[in-house]
Amino acid sequence: MEHHQERSDHRSQDLPQVLVIKPPPVLTLFEDKFISSKFQLLKAWESTLPLDQFLTNYAGSVRAVLCSGASPITADIIRLLPSLQLVITASAGVNHIDLTECRRLGIAVTNAAGVFSDDGADAAVGLLIDVLRKVSAADRYVRNGLWPAKGDYALGSKLGGKRVGVVGLGGFGSAVAKRLEAFGCTVLYNSRTQKPSVPYPFYSTVLELAADSDSLIICCGLTAETRHMINREVLLVLGKQGVIVNIARGAIINEKEMVECLVRGEIGGAGLDVFENEPNVPEELFGLDNVVLSPHRVVFTPESFVAASELVVGNLEAFFSNKPLLSPVIYE
Amino acid sequence: MATKETDNQQQRSSQELPVVLVNRLPSFRLPSKPPFEDDLLSHFHLLDPHDSPEPYDSFLSRHASSIRALITVGTTPVTAEFLNLLPCLGLVVGTSAGLDHIDLPACRSRGIAVTNASSAFSEDVADCAVGLLIDVLRRISSADRFVRGRMWPAKKEYPLGFKLRGKRVGIVGLGSIGSEVATRLSAFDCSIAYSSRKKKPSVPFPFYANVGDLASNSDVLILCCALTEETTHIVNKDVMIALGKQGVIINVGRGYLIDEKELVQCLLRGEIGGAGLDVFENEPNVPKELLGLDNVVLSPHRAVMTPESFEALLQLTVANLKAFFSNKPLLSVVSNE
Repeated sequence: MEHHQERSDHRSQDLPQVLVIKPPPVLTLFEDKFISSKFQLLKAWESTLPLDQFLTNYAGSVRAVLCSGASPITADIIRLLPSLQLVITASAGVNHIDLTECRRLGIAVTNAAGVFSDDGADAAVGLLIDVLRKVSAADRYVRNGLWPAKGDYALGSKLGGKRVGVVGLGGFGSAVAKRLEAFGCTVLYNSRTQKPSVPYPFYSTVLELAADSDSLIICCGLTAETRHMINREVLLVLGKQGVIVNIARGAIINEKEMVECLVRGEIGGAGLDVFENEPNVPEELFGLDNVVLSPHRVVFTPESFVAASELVVGNLEAFFSNKPLLSPVIYE
Repeated sequence: MATKETDNQQQRSSQELPVVLVNRLPSFRLPSKPPFEDDLLSHFHLLDPHDSPEPYDSFLSRHASSIRALITVGTTPVTAEFLNLLPCLGLVVGTSAGLDHIDLPACRSRGIAVTNASSAFSEDVADCAVGLLIDVLRRISSADRFVRGRMWPAKKEYPLGFKLRGKRVGIVGLGSIGSEVATRLSAFDCSIAYSSRKKKPSVPFPFYANVGDLASNSDVLILCCALTEETTHIVNKDVMIALGKQGVIINVGRGYLIDEKELVQCLLRGEIGGAGLDVFENEPNVPKELLGLDNVVLSPHRAVMTPESFEALLQLTVANLKAFFSNKPLLSVVSNE
């Protein structure tokens, strides 16, 4: 493996470099989409040097970095990149980027929120149906030969008429709400601020939303305010029949307390695509039939990954041509 | 549950209550949640041959002249021979979503009305069909097995699932269940087309007279139609090949709508992409080849099974019976087509 790009191809010395510390999933799966006439990738993970030494030696003039959850952009990393002007993530989430530090230094950030909204919403509703109607549990029952042996599997619970609380009504949350309406669910929501043009009842706290809901679907970003926002208190008011679906970030839920509530039957079930310490899943969940577990994948489809790749490349090419960024994160 | 005491009380006042026969296979029972029998007993005088010590045939012939209506429990058959034992029968109340266990032509020729129960179940069946489709496309159950098998830390990657938006969904049978499926999948931005006995003029979706043509123009087939002689094995090898290697079949109708042996072969050979199946040709037996496939989701014939649909079924059953005995229009009569 080459330790750095410059020696490998004399023509590419002209192209500005985009640092990649660890490859995000889109890059691993669709590397050919990232070939551009406007930039080249500086692949830190291919070096045997420790990261800070690699950055000091080779990344001094890097103006842009493509990051991911596996390679967060912390203040320490930023300090080693004196020329940094742009942080790009191929994900919707930006919790792995020190936004405060970026803002302080005037570093722009772009993400890929829009491209995952539909697929994320499909996944969230799919998980909700699965938990309420016990789809995966019944599939297990059949695969284990129990249908001839033990007869009918337990009843599920109807979706229609359920009150579903959507936590966060951005792109994801709105797409979820639209789908839920087609099933005859009543949509309620909580968000940082009330959205005036939206027909659903607004609840100013997650606790109030949970108290009035049969199910909660987490669609918001992970920030200092939302960390562990779903805790034992919220889950207890959601209630023994309550179902929670999380396709956002594991740390929005206090996982330890959620597991306790599930084990003790204080809530009815959960559909989880994300966890606090991926890829580790709390052992207690493996024994529960009212939980559906997904390895942080259910939102993703090849189509949305291709769209995310194109958005990343589009942002990079705009940046290096001094044109406006396509999907900048607006600081609030 | 009716006790001897209740029976005696009922007999005194039930001279007034209309007589309804409960037709059931010995192993079948009316649902207990909600308590069907209790509720029905407050409106009708129920006769159940299997609850009587008297031999079945003798019980039936003794009561035949007073039996104008019967409830058939689940898929308990109503054959022409059985109908011949009930000369005064005017109404058969079905309690399952399908009607293939009832000899409809025999009922028609005797002038016996039949009511079905699909409207009680259609939302729940549609929810299940959509749930199965999302599961197959996005590999939800398969990924759940992957995580429970503790494979996530070891095998960091898991194959991506497929997008739902923009998929061409072909619905076979656009009755109450098919319509509810269409409503739901429209909200997911799928494009809907359908096949049905006859084109429905007020429906905005493209119509295909032939299921093969529907399959050629679809990415997904969802089977929501009744099982009849015409629709037996309506999804055969040709239809599956037309659907294609990425194609997905969802069956919430009856197992015999699909040539199950061919389905298994097509899945094993990769001629179609996947299947979500709530029904099978020989329940509760599922072809063992399917048990090992990751692109298949298996459901033990429970698309209807929620407490809410059973409550709706009870209300519909009582309402149809009351309408019949008051000479009012039936709520969910099966039309003669």
